[in-house]
Amino acid sequence: MKITKQQSIQHLFWRAGFGATPALIQRERHRPIKKIVRDLLHDKNPFLPLTAGENKPFADRKALRSMVRDGMMNRTLLKEKIRQDTEHIRDLNVRWVETMASGRDVLREKMALFWHGHFACRVRNPDAIQQYLNTIRQHALGKFSDLLMAVSKEPAMLQFLNNQQNRKNAPNENFAREVMELFTLGRDNYTENDIKDAARAFTGWGFDAEGGFLFRKNQHDDGPKTIFGQTGNFSGEDVIRLLLEKKQTARFVTGKIYRFLVDDQTADANTNARIDLLANRFYTSGYDIADLLESILTADWFYNPAHIGTRIKSPVELLAGMQHMLNITFEQKQSILFIQRTLGQVLLYPPSVAGWPGGRNWIDSSSLLFRMQLPNVLLQAGQVSVRQKEDGDVNTEGLVRRGNGTLNATVSWTPFEEAFAKVSTDKLPDVLAEYLLQQPLGQTQRTLVMQHTRPDSTHSEQIRSLTAAIMSLPEYQLC
Amino acid sequence: MRRRNFLKQSALTTAGTMLIPHFLKAFELNQLGAVPVSSKKLVIIQLSGGNDGLNTVVPFRNDIYYRERPTLAIAREKVLAVNDEIGLNPALESLKSLYDDGLVTIINNVGYPNPDRSHFRSMDIWQTASDAGQYWQTGWIGRYLDANCAGSTSCQPHRAIEVDDTLSLALKGANVNGLAVLNPRKLVDQTRTAMTTELASVKPTQLPNDNVGYLYKTLAETVSSADYVYTKSKQSATRAIHATKGSYPASELGNRLKTVSELIQSGVSTSVYYVSIAGFDTHINQPGQQERLLRQYADAVKAFMDDMKATDRQNDVLLMTFSEFGRRVKQNASNGTDHGTANNVFLIGGGLPTGGPNRVFNEAPNLTNLDEGDLKYTVDFRNIYATLLRNWLKTDDVAILGRQFEPLSIV
Repeated sequence: MKITKQQSIQHLFWRAGFGATPALIQRERHRPIKKIVRDLLHDKNPFLPLTAGENKPFADRKALRSMVRDGMMNRTLLKEKIRQDTEHIRDLNVRWVETMASGRDVLREKMALFWHGHFACRVRNPDAIQQYLNTIRQHALGKFSDLLMAVSKEPAMLQFLNNQQNRKNAPNENFAREVMELFTLGRDNYTENDIKDAARAFTGWGFDAEGGFLFRKNQHDDGPKTIFGQTGNFSGEDVIRLLLEKKQTARFVTGKIYRFLVDDQTADANTNARIDLLANRFYTSGYDIADLLESILTADWFYNPAHIGTRIKSPVELLAGMQHMLNITFEQKQSILFIQRTLGQVLLYPPSVAGWPGGRNWIDSSSLLFRMQLPNVLLQAGQVSVRQKEDGDVNTEGLVRRGNGTLNATVSWTPFEEAFAKVSTDKLPDVLAEYLLQQPLGQTQRTLVMQHTRPDSTHSEQIRSLTAAIMSLPEYQLC
Repeated sequence: MRRRNFLKQSALTTAGTMLIPHFLKAFELNQLGAVPVSSKKLVIIQLSGGNDGLNTVVPFRNDIYYRERPTLAIAREKVLAVNDEIGLNPALESLKSLYDDGLVTIINNVGYPNPDRSHFRSMDIWQTASDAGQYWQTGWIGRYLDANCAGSTSCQPHRAIEVDDTLSLALKGANVNGLAVLNPRKLVDQTRTAMTTELASVKPTQLPNDNVGYLYKTLAETVSSADYVYTKSKQSATRAIHATKGSYPASELGNRLKTVSELIQSGVSTSVYYVSIAGFDTHINQPGQQERLLRQYADAVKAFMDDMKATDRQNDVLLMTFSEFGRRVKQNASNGTDHGTANNVFLIGGGLPTGGPNRVFNEAPNLTNLDEGDLKYTVDFRNIYATLLRNWLKTDDVAILGRQFEPLSIV
């Protein structure tokens, strides 16, 4: 089976971004893939940090509580501060989703989403989260070595993995363990002793009240340590270096990127050999992420039909993809959180340091039904009838305040419709499906979709109802 | 030859079912949802937010308790004593009456090694039954479903129902997920749109391990489970004899337990029901809030158990209540409590041995031997799960929990 250039481009933009509008596809379809990938890797837009809220002192919850105790702050103020913090993180979440959907610098945002799952981190301090988010966005396409070092020194990560409590006389192994198990080597590639001594090397790593990395020398254990068979008076930086020297780090990270971008289902000898080759190159390039991505996205096998339309979109990919395709704006920010939460992926609130399980884990009876109803709700003002579970944490309850019932969204149909203005009525379902689906439109599905249009409706009405119907198909859940 | 054809043909050629291997017969019956594996039902109530166990089961003879909680401790004379040492929060009056009827077993100091004080993390540990350092992607009830449909071609989500709109990790398996149903009518309405019904009958041509195939399979299972549950519940509603008898409090938990009761009465082949109630994260001004929630909990459970009793099912239904952690022994500066560790678990109904020391399964918390201000666990929650799986649901607890946890001598 040969795939068309349009399918290739859509595949590239779904995997390296959040889908492509008909206008973009029509613009890019005559350019070679290599050039499009280059543009994706070097977007002409300058990197912009995402911000929300205003910069406030970097006080943590504990400090605030003691302020209350000392009478420097009263309870009403504390409550107000907690509410503001939650709103700040919510705004940041919304801005990030909107940035993904904007179509600007999409590969960076897509990889930042990957790194957010890889270096999963969740804290309540909005300034720490904002700084962490911008660090992974900034280094998303740079060197993995820089990214690893920068994330390891982020206050959010230091706090999340308890390194603020990792002291010479009372080592805390949390960060040392996760940096090996989840960030670099993967399970079974280190010993408990490696962790124990690495934890000692990270003693003293903490942060100050301004949100900067702080090395507390008097809490650092500068004695000799043995890690991966080497002995020395290692510092935290040394451990990061030792981890990067191990080829297994390149293998582990490459395998994870491959599963994210190409195929998360096959684990045969062929796939392993392919990942090994890529990992060698990644290692030799000094962990150049852009170079690795270029190898993947321009490879012939990347465009093999076996890899097209086979990944289950994560909730955020689904949401940002629909927003991008139809230029959807939400009247209330809560709607964006509501959808994420109902479908099980709230950005900046990963379930654990292991990130989101992904793949088929996104799908169960209720999430599949909600995914299939969502287009109708957003595009045709249908009603939502889902009530959300409270997660029990009194601090995140305000995250999705009410707004249940309707998700008020505005679609700017004009640019989308224009692309199909000249398509005849009988061809509309097939042409729309080509742009919206990464899987073929089956006969049964085509008949069903057709039932959603009335023959006497206008061309524009037909486009709208057909689009909503096609987006409701199980096939639309795949990219 | 397809299995079902094989069965039909062998039935015809042998002029009876005598020669059909026993396991195949049982397998086929199970597939049709005709015979549940066990008539026993497990109902799990999750108290989300970390319920303060020390103000739920109160150690009213313990001076440390009163010293560490000058404004929060429940006055001795108000406690509903269950023995010389401990008693229930006065808001649990309805639970106390169930206790007096011999229906409640209290297990103290339940937790796990290296406790995590984060809500979401600790809840995941409880829901997946992992160790503190493991990140599992399936829940223990989900794996129970997996074990039930091993070797089968069509798994049944409705074997475990969460009365909610979204599904918890606890009910997610590797091959099959439980069904989230807040209201059978509403769910079936969602699945009975022309589009959903038609799509559910699409036979995907793709390989079954393909993701398209997976989505269509999930959709078909959802539609058939939703239809099955709705049809069953509707039938029983028209036959007045099976309608619920009790009058339930108007709280959300009351409504949800009423739904559980209706589903049980309808005879659906569901073995596990999962319900949660939130709001227990009482950092500030704890007393009013916790009492309100505990009262809601106890009143709803009492109504449910009365209902079970009236329909002669109280020995077939076992209810377990847990929370992701207990709270710090010492109260904080805001008349509340912060995140802690070990907590108590209630088992209610199920014809558990009544009377005697079994009703309070083990010793009260030791407040002199704390781990940085928190209780030390003495019972791993997975020993309780193992007990429920092996002795109550009669299934392979080791396969589901991943290793052997010695069952407790309760069930």
